[in-house]
Amino acid sequence: MNIVEKILARASGKSSVSPDDVIFANVDKVMMHDVSGPGVIKVFDKLKKQGISVDKLWDPTKVWVAEDHFVPSAEKISAENIVQLSKFTKKYGIEKHFKYGMGQYGICHTLSHEEALVMPGDVYVGGDSHTNTTGALGAFACGLGHTDIAYVLLNGRIWFKVPETIYFKINGKLPDHVMAKDVILKIIGDIGNDGGAYRTMQFGGSCIDEMSVESRLTLCNMTTEAGAKNGIVEPDQKVVDYLSSRGATNVPMIKGDTDSEYAKIFEYESSEMEPIVAKPFSPDNITIVREAPNVELDKSYIGSCTGAKYEDLEAAAKILKGRKVKIRTEILPAAISIYQKAMENGLLKIFLDAGATVGPPTCGACCGAHMGVLAKDEICISTTNRNFPGRMGHIESQTYLSSPMVAAASAVTGKITDPRDL
Amino acid sequence: MKGNIIKYARDNIDTDVIIPGQYLKIHDYAELATHAMEGLDPDFHSKVKEGDFILSGKNFGCGSSREHAPIALSHCGIKAVLALSFARIFYRNAVDGAFLLPIEIDQDAYDGIAEGDEIEIDVSANEIKNNTKNQTYKMKPFSEIIGKIIAAGGLFKYKPDLD
Repeated sequence: MNIVEKILARASGKSSVSPDDVIFANVDKVMMHDVSGPGVIKVFDKLKKQGISVDKLWDPTKVWVAEDHFVPSAEKISAENIVQLSKFTKKYGIEKHFKYGMGQYGICHTLSHEEALVMPGDVYVGGDSHTNTTGALGAFACGLGHTDIAYVLLNGRIWFKVPETIYFKINGKLPDHVMAKDVILKIIGDIGNDGGAYRTMQFGGSCIDEMSVESRLTLCNMTTEAGAKNGIVEPDQKVVDYLSSRGATNVPMIKGDTDSEYAKIFEYESSEMEPIVAKPFSPDNITIVREAPNVELDKSYIGSCTGAKYEDLEAAAKILKGRKVKIRTEILPAAISIYQKAMENGLLKIFLDAGATVGPPTCGACCGAHMGVLAKDEICISTTNRNFPGRMGHIESQTYLSSPMVAAASAVTGKITDPRDL
Repeated sequence: MKGNIIKYARDNIDTDVIIPGQYLKIHDYAELATHAMEGLDPDFHSKVKEGDFILSGKNFGCGSSREHAPIALSHCGIKAVLALSFARIFYRNAVDGAFLLPIEIDQDAYDGIAEGDEIEIDVSANEIKNNTKNQTYKMKPFSEIIGKIIAAGGLFKYKPDLD
């Protein structure tokens, strides 16, 4: 069995599973946030009316709650949602509720790794499509809707069809200024935005072995944009060290068997990779940056679970150091721990000296929620994950998706810019 | 199940256009429904009627896991979406929450069914009848688990046989 099959077999109490088997998997960790959480609360209310008991959760210690989409509260309704969420976690004894303004908080997927909340081999589900991110730690990490999350909270298990796995073998070392974001945009461009639909996208090869855990997180994060059920990288010592440095002890290890089967294998040479952007209005609509349209940008947005981890900010700072931005530039670290590290290491000074605005951790404008949404006809380059019509604001705004280095270089010139050409 | 078709002859209708992100804070589903399809079709609300079906191309519902998408459509009266294929989270949200039926169709049905056509869906026979054009198409049968969850009326009413 490959790693995903092994995880799902273990979680469903079977000696082995194969693609297309339908299983009920016992869940190890579950997450909800200020958008899926209120949805869960509505499901609970409805169940109560139907006479189904919602008095206690299956295991509140396995649940965590993030406040990320509309925080700091964007207006009255989102403020009310945060209040409801706090009442819910209090009532059900959920201790891992990361509240804004009370120490560590941030985007749910970022917390999953920053706080070492998920371990290799876990079945981890979250009420958000980018739950796939956390597969970079070697977990089966999969996004679900709020009805499914409510079901998990009460029953501790959920059904899955065991996915086929597509394996992406990436060889060699990435050239300077080429980031994991460029790799995943290239892959999505090649296979299309349903190219991974219902399947696992697994990443391996010497490039991945050498890659930081944070870069692997970027790869797995955007498997969602190819429609994948989950993304995964087999864990190694780097993952153990990463989680241990964040307080985890006895980090388990799991690998696929040597005769693991894959539905398809794609092979890439890192040396051929280039900085990429996805043009409006789909993440698979890619072009290399040097051939991107010569548009006048209005904004550069460096944020989100995809593109505002510490490593992403460090990459942006490398470009912005000693330079000035020519267009509105917003930088929103994805969690307080990252914000703090960016402060301690001087990144925030570089950003502010360059003229950028540094905001609080939030999903913010990535999903068109608040904090910098786009006006009609505005054009943005963004380190986020989607660029569908209206994704970041007005239906007639446009978003180009890029790596943090490209977004930073473009902030300096006001045009879509390859950082090697600055 | 009988209804009229609202056709979007395109692929990749994503959840951001079905219900834009700014409305995800809304959990009053009647209000949420007033914003359904706002990102794609401003005329949707003037044409949608209780019992209608949406017809579209490949990868319907791609993007975010927001259950608001099938909820908003169902609260507008949409009983089924017929599409060449579905993105996985939209599909399972529609089924597990019992909001609407996601029906996979073939190219013939996609080409043959037009805006406004009256359609009858017979899930037990895996058939779609176009009453307007007097044509019949096959729908892709639901997998066993999906069929059972639909028959039960959603995931919470489904009693799995756990060995």
